[in-house]
Amino acid sequence: MAGKTMFEKIWDHHVIVDEEGELLLYVDRAYIHEGSSHAFAALDARNRTVARPRQVFAHADHYVPTATRKGGVEGIAIPEIRNMVKLLQANTARHGVTLFGIDDPRQGILHIVPPEQGITQPGLLIVGADSHTSTHGAFGSLAFGAGASEVMHVMATQQLWQRKPATLRIMVSGKLGFGVSAKDLILAIIAKIGVFGGAGHVLEYAGTAVTGLTMEGRMTLCNMSIEAGARAGMVAPDDTTYAYMEGRPYAPKKGAEWARALESWKSLPTDAGAAFDKEVSLDGGAVAPMVTWGTNPEQGAAVTGKVPDVRDIRDDNKRAETEAALDYMGLQSGMSLQDIKVDRVFIGSCTNARIEDLRAAAEVARLGKAVVPAWIVPGSGTVKAQAEKEGLDRIFITAGFEWREPGCSLCTAINGDQLKPGERCASTSNRNFRGRQGTGGRTHLLSPAMAAAAALKGRLTDVRELLKS
Amino acid sequence: MQPFTNLTGIAVPIDEPNIDTNQLCPTRFNKVPRGPRHRDILFHDRRFNTDGSEKEHLLNVEPFKRAQIIVANRNWGGGSSRESAVYALYEFGIRCVIAPSFADIHSNNCAKNGLLPVVLPDAVCAAIRKQLNENPGATVSVDLAAQTVTDTQGKSYRFEIHPVRKKCLLEGLDDIARTAQYGDRFEAFEAAYKKERSWLYTS
Repeated sequence: MAGKTMFEKIWDHHVIVDEEGELLLYVDRAYIHEGSSHAFAALDARNRTVARPRQVFAHADHYVPTATRKGGVEGIAIPEIRNMVKLLQANTARHGVTLFGIDDPRQGILHIVPPEQGITQPGLLIVGADSHTSTHGAFGSLAFGAGASEVMHVMATQQLWQRKPATLRIMVSGKLGFGVSAKDLILAIIAKIGVFGGAGHVLEYAGTAVTGLTMEGRMTLCNMSIEAGARAGMVAPDDTTYAYMEGRPYAPKKGAEWARALESWKSLPTDAGAAFDKEVSLDGGAVAPMVTWGTNPEQGAAVTGKVPDVRDIRDDNKRAETEAALDYMGLQSGMSLQDIKVDRVFIGSCTNARIEDLRAAAEVARLGKAVVPAWIVPGSGTVKAQAEKEGLDRIFITAGFEWREPGCSLCTAINGDQLKPGERCASTSNRNFRGRQGTGGRTHLLSPAMAAAAALKGRLTDVRELLKS
Repeated sequence: MQPFTNLTGIAVPIDEPNIDTNQLCPTRFNKVPRGPRHRDILFHDRRFNTDGSEKEHLLNVEPFKRAQIIVANRNWGGGSSRESAVYALYEFGIRCVIAPSFADIHSNNCAKNGLLPVVLPDAVCAAIRKQLNENPGATVSVDLAAQTVTDTQGKSYRFEIHPVRKKCLLEGLDDIARTAQYGDRFEAFEAAYKKERSWLYTS
């Protein structure tokens, strides 16, 4: 008999009811944030409480300031923003939900804290109030984002109605080259399959270029699955996963408990011979550092390349789309990507604010001085403390970068950190949509090392040249 | 949830593909509690200048100000899971979006709020948008029970929808009530699951 994919094993393990293909699934963990105020309001409107408060984890991340934490929540200057952080405190306290709040040393982004704390584990079904919940699939769990109605339902019942998605395996052979990171790989995958290429599918990333990644790299990869239209992305758990898990606060305790968990985790990877609905393959060794030039994540290219020349585009719709993107971005058709000057640099977000990302950026930052404003926003208090222990903060500050407090910051641009109209930012975040980083702002997505290189040069630049010299 | 049965209304064509939820509801409006303010949040940064004055946009002009249906292009509603994008559509008066394809989360969010997402082929959507561009104010009809869309010239197209989603929309059913029927099965499932994966419940 043909085996099962990892996705199918996890899915089947969580089915409670099947109503004509609409399945009621058991949810292991739910991750929420300040924006979940709508879900709490819907819960209140129905006079419901949180069914399993110990399985819901809340994070103050979207609205917290990153310039300073002096004064805690009361120190937030803008009342509407302060209110969002306070509302989360009030809602979680009232419902008995664990909160990683603004004053907690572990506080950080909802896709960075749960893995650090061992809350994210292999084999789980995780629902998050944020589309980048796909991040947690890096551990061999099934994790996806949902809107307020579905999150409210999860909080009220610890269950969720879903239809079974299809499966798509992305096989990446070889090994990523010098100066190339998981961020470049996922941008290359999205450029290849498109922003709708993964829709209706759960992605499983496999192959030597994927298994060769650290957990941080795997999280970056799975994080941006949603930018290919897929709700979830996964990587099979292996020794890298188990080594990362061991000893984390919420991980199984050493001894019999760990042994039982490990046995369960080892049964998760896709069986040999299991069939996927779709397969895509890529040569990892051929991936170059990537940057986006347009207004969605598929509009990207190797940094050594050019902005598309609209005269070369035959398809009328495609040409109109490209022209509109270039117009918004203020770019010339056919220009070299490395001729694009940037006004500022942002290194942070749930995609790229883990310790490994900061190490990669610091390795570049130590080679010079930032010539444009450049921010480093660690993903969590834990990342920040580790970076400071390693002296990365000193490297950044010496190179003229700004060392800030943890949060979503300039990725989602709602805590007061935002671009001015027309401002151009080299950003390690995940979305280059119009206005995403502030009304009229222009975003170029790239890796932490590439972002640091852009800060030193004041333009998009091939980090490999800097690292070689 | 308000049921959706059938609707004949003014339809507005939106030709641009890949309209993400940031366009439907710019992130800074996520903190606005659901309500009438959402009417002007829809496509806010495309409809309004920073001083609040109106930009040139279809949704700012008659007859499209009164639109109840959007006929869109491929990959409608990608990006963020924000349900405020649906609140904005709903408060504007939109009850149905017809498109060649929808992003998964946004499609669910629409259906959970009584707003019908209809998938029709690319060529059909393009043809209806063309009719609407040429004849602003023309109406389109949607009949959920029959699973048909009728264009401005009276031509009908059948669309597919999952039977459970259809039933929930037609009857305005709430998921929580559906789930409650299976309380016993949940209890039994959870008890067995906790035993099997006890390590998840000790911390």
